[in-house]
Amino acid sequence: MGEAIVITSGKGGVGKTTTTANVGTSLALLGKKVCLIDTDIGLRNLDVVMGLENRIVYDVVDVVQERCRVKQALVRDKRFDCLHLLPASQTSDKSAVTPEGIQRIVAELKQDYDYILIDCPAGIEQGYKNAIAGADKAVVITTPEKSSVRDADRIIGLLEKEEGMESPHLIINRIRTHMVKSGDMLDINDIVEVLAIDLLGIVADDDEVIKSSHHGEPVAFQPNTKASISYRNIARRILGESVPLMSLEEDKGMMAKVKKFFGIKS
Amino acid sequence: MNNKKQAITIKGTKDGLTFIIDETSSLELIMKELETKLSSKVVDQDQPMVKVNIDLGNRYLSNEMKEELLEIVRNKQNLVINEITSNVLTKEEAQEWYEELEISTITRIVRAGQKLHVKGDLLLIGDVNPGGSVSATGNVYILGRLNGIAHAGIDGNQEAIIAAAYMNPTQLRISGFLSRSPDFETEGLFMECAYVDQKTEQILIDRLQTLTTIRPGLGSIERRMING
Ligand SMILES: Nc1ncnc2c1ncn2[C@@H]1O[C@H](COP(=O)(O)OP(=O)(O)OP(=O)(O)O)[C@@H](O)[C@H]1O
Ligand SMILES: [Mg+2]
Repeated sequence: MGEAIVITSGKGGVGKTTTTANVGTSLALLGKKVCLIDTDIGLRNLDVVMGLENRIVYDVVDVVQERCRVKQALVRDKRFDCLHLLPASQTSDKSAVTPEGIQRIVAELKQDYDYILIDCPAGIEQGYKNAIAGADKAVVITTPEKSSVRDADRIIGLLEKEEGMESPHLIINRIRTHMVKSGDMLDINDIVEVLAIDLLGIVADDDEVIKSSHHGEPVAFQPNTKASISYRNIARRILGESVPLMSLEEDKGMMAKVKKFFGIKS
Repeated sequence: MNNKKQAITIKGTKDGLTFIIDETSSLELIMKELETKLSSKVVDQDQPMVKVNIDLGNRYLSNEMKEELLEIVRNKQNLVINEITSNVLTKEEAQEWYEELEISTITRIVRAGQKLHVKGDLLLIGDVNPGGSVSATGNVYILGRLNGIAHAGIDGNQEAIIAAAYMNPTQLRISGFLSRSPDFETEGLFMECAYVDQKTEQILIDRLQTLTTIRPGLGSIERRMING
């Protein structure tokens, strides 16, 4: 029996789709059976980032409306046998899918896969409600910007009200170390302090991410870019390993917090 | 009818007049006696306004009955009602009063877009995040970081205060007063309180320790009975 994790954010464009593709790929690299679901109906992306667009025959709307079985709609990854994608529809509107529909699909997929990753659309409306319906856990993505953290906080508040959902975990994406240092971006401690949920990982802002998405080949495949290491670390933490934050990942630790509390600037 | 027993006793004090209403007399009798007493002697028309306190003792009067009583007094030109006191409360009044006196302890984070309201005082153990807001009819105490909005004395109590372990709000409101954070970025302050300064008619923020001088006995039953 697998586990369903929804990747969500509130604010748009912060890296949900990129994270879903890369964490999914990393879990597959670690030998897990993984299925990705794109619930961003009308604005499907995940297939493009994965480089699988040309293989799509049916989509999630076809499954919900029972035009095909779940298995028929799944697209197999070109690199891994154990990584599959259930693509979103490009034409239908959001109302074509219901929370119950997604719940049913997720429940069925959980029989066959270790992890189901659900890529959530931006916002807190119908699309969001569909995406979280079948999930056991949630990962919230934020960038180190105030507006993004604010929306993440809003989403966490909503997720905490969902029955049967564990407390969400946090990924901070697109960190630019030099901007954090100069005080033009929030630092990791500040974000974790405000949101007060467990940190699952942090990902640097890395051109390699954009390049590899462009070529339909998730960055997580590359052996040693900053971003690919981060994504693989996140996957290992999902499997329950305790992997320390890597060094870009600059954790100032307890001492910094204590100092701050007494108002001493380091 | 017993003529010696008065339904209303009038006493002069330095604060004006106090009408002590006999508990056992009928209401009808009281009204009648009030009319006669007021029209006969008590005040002469040239005097300045006289304050009147009405002491109902252990009698309970509904609002309509109080209004009737007030009508009679108000019709006399230079009398103003200062206060009507009674030793008796209805169950509902007592319940409401109890809620106003209560302190609600709540452990949670008030996140962006969330609102938390209580009657009486609020003791929040946790943070108010940017975009979150808390309010109370009484005082607001935050054992955590106040990064959002706090509103104390929301039904009009200007004596209410806001205290926070870490004070970095976007807005503070006390009764009808409002103050907002400056337009430049600020670091918050630890262990601060906010209150309305009656002289400047502004919300001031100061160290928690100043409460002992500006609001001595904050939260004590007596004080809150007066404000309640
Ligand atoms: N760590 C990163 N470094 C550099 N670029 C990134 C990183 N993460 C994401 N991006 C880029 O940011 C853009 C938005 O990412 P993505 O599409 O994953 O966001 P999203 O949250 O799914 O957006 P939407 O809300 O529209 O679904 C993309 O162009 C992506 O390549
Ligand atoms: Mg997306």
